[in-house]
Amino acid sequence: MTKQLPPVDVVLVGFGWTGAIYAEKLTAAGLEVLALERGPWRDTPGDFATTFAQDELRYYWRHGMFQEASQSTVTFRNNSAQTALPMRHWGSFLPGNGVGGSGVHWNGQTYRFLPSDFVARSHNEERYGRLPEDMTVQDYGVTYEELEPHFDYFEKICGICGKAGNLRGETVEGGNPYEGARSDEYPNPPMQMTFSQDRFEAAARDIGLNPFPVPSANMSRAYTNPLGLQLAPCTYCGFCEKHGCGNYSKSSPQTTIIPVLMQRPNFALRTHSEVLKIETEGGGSRTSGVTYIDTSGDTFFQPAEIVVLCAYPLENTRLMLLSEIGEPYDPRTGEGVVGKNYCYQVMSGATVFFDEEFTNGFVGAGALGMVADDYNGDNFDHSGLGFIGGGYIACYTTNARPIESHPVPDGTPGWGAEWKRAVQANYLKTATVGVHGASMAHRSNYLDLDPTYTDSYGRPLLRMTYDFTVNDRRLTEHITPVAEEIARGMGGREVNVSARRGSYDSVPYQTTHNTGGTIMGTDPASSVVNRYGQSWDVPNLFVAGAGLFPQNAGYNPTGTVGALAYWSVDAIINQYLPQPGPLVQA
Amino acid sequence: MIRTIAAAGLACALSAGASGAQELSFSQVDRGRYLTLAGDCKACHTDLENDGVPFAGGRALGTPFGTIYSANLTPDDETGLGLWSREDFYNALNEGIDREGRHLYPAMPYPYFTLMTRDQTDAIFAYLRTLEPVHAEEPENDLPFPLDIRLSVSGWKLLFFEDKSFVSMQDRSEAWNRGRYLVDGPLHCGACHSGKNLLGADADGEYLRGGVLENWYAPNIRGGENGGIADWTAEEIVEFLKIGRTSHTAPMQRMGEVVALSTQHLSVEDLGAVATYLKSLDDDLPEDADTPDQARLETGEGLYFDNCAACHAADRSGVPYFFAPLDSSNKVVADDPSTAIRIILGGARAQPTEAVPSMLAMPPFAWKLNDAQIADLLTYLRATGPRPAAPVSAGQVAEMREYLAEEH
Repeated sequence: MTKQLPPVDVVLVGFGWTGAIYAEKLTAAGLEVLALERGPWRDTPGDFATTFAQDELRYYWRHGMFQEASQSTVTFRNNSAQTALPMRHWGSFLPGNGVGGSGVHWNGQTYRFLPSDFVARSHNEERYGRLPEDMTVQDYGVTYEELEPHFDYFEKICGICGKAGNLRGETVEGGNPYEGARSDEYPNPPMQMTFSQDRFEAAARDIGLNPFPVPSANMSRAYTNPLGLQLAPCTYCGFCEKHGCGNYSKSSPQTTIIPVLMQRPNFALRTHSEVLKIETEGGGSRTSGVTYIDTSGDTFFQPAEIVVLCAYPLENTRLMLLSEIGEPYDPRTGEGVVGKNYCYQVMSGATVFFDEEFTNGFVGAGALGMVADDYNGDNFDHSGLGFIGGGYIACYTTNARPIESHPVPDGTPGWGAEWKRAVQANYLKTATVGVHGASMAHRSNYLDLDPTYTDSYGRPLLRMTYDFTVNDRRLTEHITPVAEEIARGMGGREVNVSARRGSYDSVPYQTTHNTGGTIMGTDPASSVVNRYGQSWDVPNLFVAGAGLFPQNAGYNPTGTVGALAYWSVDAIINQYLPQPGPLVQA
Repeated sequence: MIRTIAAAGLACALSAGASGAQELSFSQVDRGRYLTLAGDCKACHTDLENDGVPFAGGRALGTPFGTIYSANLTPDDETGLGLWSREDFYNALNEGIDREGRHLYPAMPYPYFTLMTRDQTDAIFAYLRTLEPVHAEEPENDLPFPLDIRLSVSGWKLLFFEDKSFVSMQDRSEAWNRGRYLVDGPLHCGACHSGKNLLGADADGEYLRGGVLENWYAPNIRGGENGGIADWTAEEIVEFLKIGRTSHTAPMQRMGEVVALSTQHLSVEDLGAVATYLKSLDDDLPEDADTPDQARLETGEGLYFDNCAACHAADRSGVPYFFAPLDSSNKVVADDPSTAIRIILGGARAQPTEAVPSMLAMPPFAWKLNDAQIADLLTYLRATGPRPAAPVSAGQVAEMREYLAEEH
């Protein structure tokens, strides 16, 4: 028996970064907004206070703040010839759960994608000729220039710490010379760097690269954002990723938006409320709201004028498929759109072991690093290389959390006395140089509903079919040696390289940057939503998040996710509300 | 903002007038609204713990003598002030007598409100008439004999209550006089910040030198030489009351309510007057404190570094406006360390205000530090500030821990 609830103007499915952004703007515009969150309430003093935020067993090992795989997970296979199996323990990526979503336990590396990333197909084809048939790379339908004010605002909400390299078209010393033109400097100066970054910077300059400070959502100083919310200076404790910040030093929905939102009478949040289905009416031409279930097993129909999917990309895709909105993607024909262009990233790197010098990795922060963008996007000539896109090369000192972090040189036994000796000898003496490689869309990588496995409510799990592509392999083979060269220039005793070879393996952690599935674009035949994140089929349904990316760039996604959310909500307020209906005519 | 609220008040006023209530003028209602904010009437007369309707009363107020429930101030005939006249209301604020002629318990701060003039109480009454009537029965007070008999209050009043008018001091500035009137009258600062005698009346010689309320120590707020906030400038006092933050500290708990519901809505001129007055109040030099053992100081310093330094900084200088500096905190060095002990045990949250919506919070340490550790930590903090204060014993911490576990 489904209980019918009184209608609201907007229902948000999921309450992480994008949910908080939509809720803040839509309530400020006077709408009545309800957010439904599958997981629990979370706040700083209650859920990750300084007194226990560093509990590695709880947060890292036992996955304290992630989606519970026993409740819902994804099934995985490398290609269509295989049978997918469920991931019973998260590995290569860690989807969030609860209020704040992954925005609670991210590192805080907050980049803007390059202007060329938003026009990946047209730009690359113009420069290098036609892309291979199976590369389903697309333009976003929105440009960097259109998103710039929204990048700027998101950076101010978060108080991002960095150094501009291109201020209104003028190159600025010390920043990223390749970045798109910025309308303003970062709201806060870069973080304090450590020994490892200094060595990286010198070594990168030696080979002609242009290193700059990583744009960081860990605060370099006390900051008050445009909503009046306070972020405190980072203590460099090194418990960012997988953990919440007890010191209010990391931008998250909790620190930058939610306290203001919770004071607004036209905002409501229901936690432990999992949306089962987006309901449609009028022959599927409109959504009438959503059906959700609470922890008592009671189901509710929540009517709404507008529905926005703000969950993690994998769940947004699954909800579209379960609700039968949009044509599911079929890799055999290339027809259909929902689940199309699932992308990931190609991570590789090198570890430097020092003999004399201490790198003291425990003095860390999620976005404490120096980075070079010379091999990212189309910042270098790809002629004759056989791939497009690239990745940044960075030296981060994120942490030396004792359970998780014990780097030892190649050849060390995996356990026993010798391993312990090696851990002890190297614990304070390593630095890493990482390559954060882009992932280009391919016809054979996609998401659909699993034919066998179901979640705790009996609904099909999402099935992920993914492997690294030829483009990925060539990209990582081209850029990893550059990282190695920098690493060798940093003055250590030895350098170990971790190249990315073979098929994608879902077990070792790589990155929680899963993208695509609900991609944006200019044509309903090849995208799920239009340039504003509005469903082509159901105009009062909007989709947020990295699921919109038609392919993944060589950066961490959150900056672009934030900018796209502000861009979309701006269109809802200024274009959709005055005249509800499709914002782009197909 | 103030204009909008005033306009809404006017709309209600007109409808109340139409139903035959007393005639109201906009300016009177608006003055009454302002005085109601200054008197922080809403805090006690709203059941804040249970999301009660503003001014409908029913909030349980813990006093050293028992629990008293606040009255419904909305113009409901049966349970509120519906049948009251302006005269009745004046008598309540000025003399502590209700419409039936019964004595009001002095939890209602009429010993301070008595400074208000008839014109002012009429204005407050006019404003309260514009509220939507709410039918809300007041729960029975929970007071022991003989205090449950209201006549007992008459004896108390005979001893401690004086029906006073405010007299300006000619040799002082207009701002000083305005400030003194506000502090001693509508703002009733002494209700918490002045020490009390055994019968709960302001004790002689304890004026604004700090007081205990519900096991919180409301600090000394004298701003002149040797006063508890001698190192605050007048501007900082205004800032604290207006935006709810200074470089020194943020309001929390009961003072958080005062700032949120009252002082942030008052004019900067009035808050400036309050500051002028407080800055004029000198105090006696504190007595020299005993020097604690070196071992306790070293233990305390280690505990500080491990547990507190991440926010309050290794040198105890804090992050002004975010995390309180502890090297100059009047809570840390107060004669009565209750507030400092209680915050360490139970945590605290900075009051969000319109200007600063953040709710930065300190987590509780009750589960992490034992009584002796908290005592050593506080002893260290109290000994190393510019105005050293006496050591804290593990027994004091244990007593507060027990109080919090039992009742709160």
